[in-house]
Amino acid sequence: MTPLARKRLRKAVLNAIGILVFVFAIFPVYWMVSTAFKANDQIFTTEFIPFPTHFTFEHVERVLTEGVAGNSIWVYMRNSAIVALGTVLVGAVFSLLAATAVARFRFKGRTAFLMLLLVAQMIPAEALLIPLFLRVIDLGLADQLAGLILVNVGLTLPFGIWMLRTFVAAVPKSLEEAAWIDGASRLTTFWRVLFPLVAPGLVATSIFSFITAWNELIFALVLMSESSGYTMPVALQYFFGQKGTDWGAIMASSTMMTIPVVIFFLIVQRRMVTGLMAGAVKG
Amino acid sequence: MTDTSTLTRGGGGPSSPGRRRSGRPAKAGGLPVWSIPYVLLIPGLLVIGALLLYPMVQVAIIAFQKVGLPQISGRKPAEWIGTENFTRIFDNEIFWTALRNTVVFAVLTVTLTLVVGTAVGVLLNKLGKKMSTLVIVGIMFAWAVPPVAQGVIWKWLFDAEAGIINWALNLLPNWLSTLLFGRSDWTGEPWLNDAWSIYLVLIITVVWASFPFIAVSVLAGLKGIPSELYEAARVDGASAWRTFRKITLPLLRPVFAVLTVLSIIWDFKVFSQLYVLMGGPANREAFNLSMYSYAEAFRPPPKMGSGAAIALVLTVILLVVTAVYVRQLVKQEDM
Repeated sequence: MTPLARKRLRKAVLNAIGILVFVFAIFPVYWMVSTAFKANDQIFTTEFIPFPTHFTFEHVERVLTEGVAGNSIWVYMRNSAIVALGTVLVGAVFSLLAATAVARFRFKGRTAFLMLLLVAQMIPAEALLIPLFLRVIDLGLADQLAGLILVNVGLTLPFGIWMLRTFVAAVPKSLEEAAWIDGASRLTTFWRVLFPLVAPGLVATSIFSFITAWNELIFALVLMSESSGYTMPVALQYFFGQKGTDWGAIMASSTMMTIPVVIFFLIVQRRMVTGLMAGAVKG
Repeated sequence: MTDTSTLTRGGGGPSSPGRRRSGRPAKAGGLPVWSIPYVLLIPGLLVIGALLLYPMVQVAIIAFQKVGLPQISGRKPAEWIGTENFTRIFDNEIFWTALRNTVVFAVLTVTLTLVVGTAVGVLLNKLGKKMSTLVIVGIMFAWAVPPVAQGVIWKWLFDAEAGIINWALNLLPNWLSTLLFGRSDWTGEPWLNDAWSIYLVLIITVVWASFPFIAVSVLAGLKGIPSELYEAARVDGASAWRTFRKITLPLLRPVFAVLTVLSIIWDFKVFSQLYVLMGGPANREAFNLSMYSYAEAFRPPPKMGSGAAIALVLTVILLVVTAVYVRQLVKQEDM
């Protein structure tokens, strides 16, 4: 074989493996979406039907009108959105304040606080389930989305602060000093100088929190006992009934739940890795 | 990053334009400067303290108490019972099954995820621009799927009657299928009944969803390695495997350290996917520690005490792993 032919062969082999990886990654997602739009006779079959040849919206319509566990899937989508957005709003304010403190000030106890963040990140949420459940009941927040927001803020905040502080630290201090020299107060400087520059980082951090809260199952499972308060992850469980599973409906609902996350992933794609890794490694 | 337009917008500032000072303002809203960081930290500290640290202490306390229905509803105070919760769970076979499931699953999944992820990361680095973009977009989709939906998807792929996995296995030539698995007809094979096959599906599910993060991280790490090193290796006639072992691996060691510990933490406490695959805490043989703790505490009759004891065991295991992680971090830099 000539060197050129060898090079071509190498490239072809690599591309073939690349296609295999692509198919392995995307096929299950494709299968979810395509099942959502197949008629039942094409779903419950031992044949392989690659495309929905009888393309139908019946499952989407059914989950929107009839729904599951007594409510339209909209109710659960709305609950999930309220919880995730609530978590993001509260979390963004708190983490911005704390991140500014650790990235902009040297103070006694700063290192201790950073260590605290690390330790807090390592505590498994599952371990906190029991005490937080009892606490939320004590506070009278059981069966209320506010209780779920509270829990999710707690679960996402340490990572939010940890990640956001690298974005705050990346803004050159000289910009703020220039504003001070011009007579701006600290508060003005914060809002007019620091905040606009940190905003992209705040968006990335918020998306992390949003996804975490959107996907959260176990707390929603124990805290929400009435079906009108279920979030999407809980509601999806109710499609698996004794009478057999309505796969068309569950795939339509899963697709609806996945779409917002995919969109957010594509937005923050670049920051995803730097965020997770920087959050984890960088000081 | 330096956006001058925002600066000019905020530059003048509405507050007292005549008062020019050099250096930082001494006060902000009447607060002495030294207190500002502490004030900024108050909300965050309150949340972390009240929702993470204090509950962690409480888990440790509840683990030594009896907390059932009367205690939850407040009719009775929690009863102190010493180490009874622990002796009871340690005497229970389910605990040891759950511990074994947790550890074996974590070891296999972390290993597989790292190997597959690294291989794909290296592949992405070698592919042309268009091809690598295509593959990255593809694996992004797998990564983005919410854990509950991951469980749902793979439960469907492995469905006994209409699942595509059984269809594909039926495609194998009968002699090959018989040789490999001792059977040729896969129609109706229920993958999600036995503990071992539930875990097989669970491993595939979690590896599928988590290798993309490893791959993209490894790719980012690889891009940071100066190409001169590889050229030098090529000049010296080093094989691809040797180059990988002697250059790539050592330079990516810090990346791998973080990825490994993150994966361990994620895989030790896997819950959502397992919950979907086995349909709630139905099959005791397939419990892991998270599921066992959940089932003890929230299945009637609720036994919060032993649930907390199991959660405590899980936390201790994770904290030991975390200690390694924090040491690694502290070694790399002084925060």
